[in-house]
Amino acid sequence: MNTVVAQLQRQFQDYLVSLYQQGFLDNQFTELRKLQDEGTPDFVAEVVSLFFDDCSKLINSMSRSLERPENVDFKQVDSGVHQLKGSSSSVGARRVKNVCISFKECCDVQNREGCLRCLQQVDYEYKMLKTKLQDLFNLEQQIVQAGGAIPQVNIN
Amino acid sequence: MADEVPNLAESKLTALVVDDNYVNQSMHHKLLDRLGIENDVVCNGQEAVDVHCSGRNYDLILMDMDMPVMNGIQATKRLREMGIESKIAGVTTRAKEEEMQEFMEAGLNDFQEKPLTISKLLSILHKLDFYVHT
Repeated sequence: MNTVVAQLQRQFQDYLVSLYQQGFLDNQFTELRKLQDEGTPDFVAEVVSLFFDDCSKLINSMSRSLERPENVDFKQVDSGVHQLKGSSSSVGARRVKNVCISFKECCDVQNREGCLRCLQQVDYEYKMLKTKLQDLFNLEQQIVQAGGAIPQVNIN
Repeated sequence: MADEVPNLAESKLTALVVDDNYVNQSMHHKLLDRLGIENDVVCNGQEAVDVHCSGRNYDLILMDMDMPVMNGIQATKRLREMGIESKIAGVTTRAKEEEMQEFMEAGLNDFQEKPLTISKLLSILHKLDFYVHT
């Protein structure tokens, strides 16, 4: 077997496993990967791209709703958190989803300071995940360009 | 990377995905595609009603609960009032007992919590007699 391909495949496997171990991803990401096939080789990248666009849009919207202390629209914030929780859950973005759970609790009790902290945290987490997944997709590309196949990775 | 999943293309099933979230739309559309089920996607309950008013019909509708313009509960009620007998499976992340009850009473045939997976979708299809596990 081509040594370069084998090394890249090993790197990919180790990196993906580390993302699960560090809590960035959960089993739903595995489910997402199962849906990718030869006909749609970029499916995972396309869906996570939609997710990150969603994050950016929702975070901006919630930020505006939380801007003025005397006039916070918690219903709007709650709606945004609900959307974000749904999206993050669908792609397996575990850390983002977990922040959304805390965020919802802050909305429920109309805790503006808590909401602002959660907003900052969710912004950080989605950007961190975006960087990590970009690195993962780059590794995939390198494997394919070197003539190899993307390995199946079993996450226990 | 593709896993072994049943192909139901021969059964010529059709489905409608009703969800306002683009990520979920992509996921559910692809899930159905992978199972060989031809499907359309709309963004809210009103569009689901409109597509039926235009004469389209589907074997299965995957109906999200929380949507703008017309939510899943309202859309399900409306479709049943129109005489639509398609199987409707509610899919939602909201899991409060009373909300699930209201959604079921609107006219659902089944309910699954998001996120959907291949096995959850097969469970829906099996429960609604579209698929038999072998």
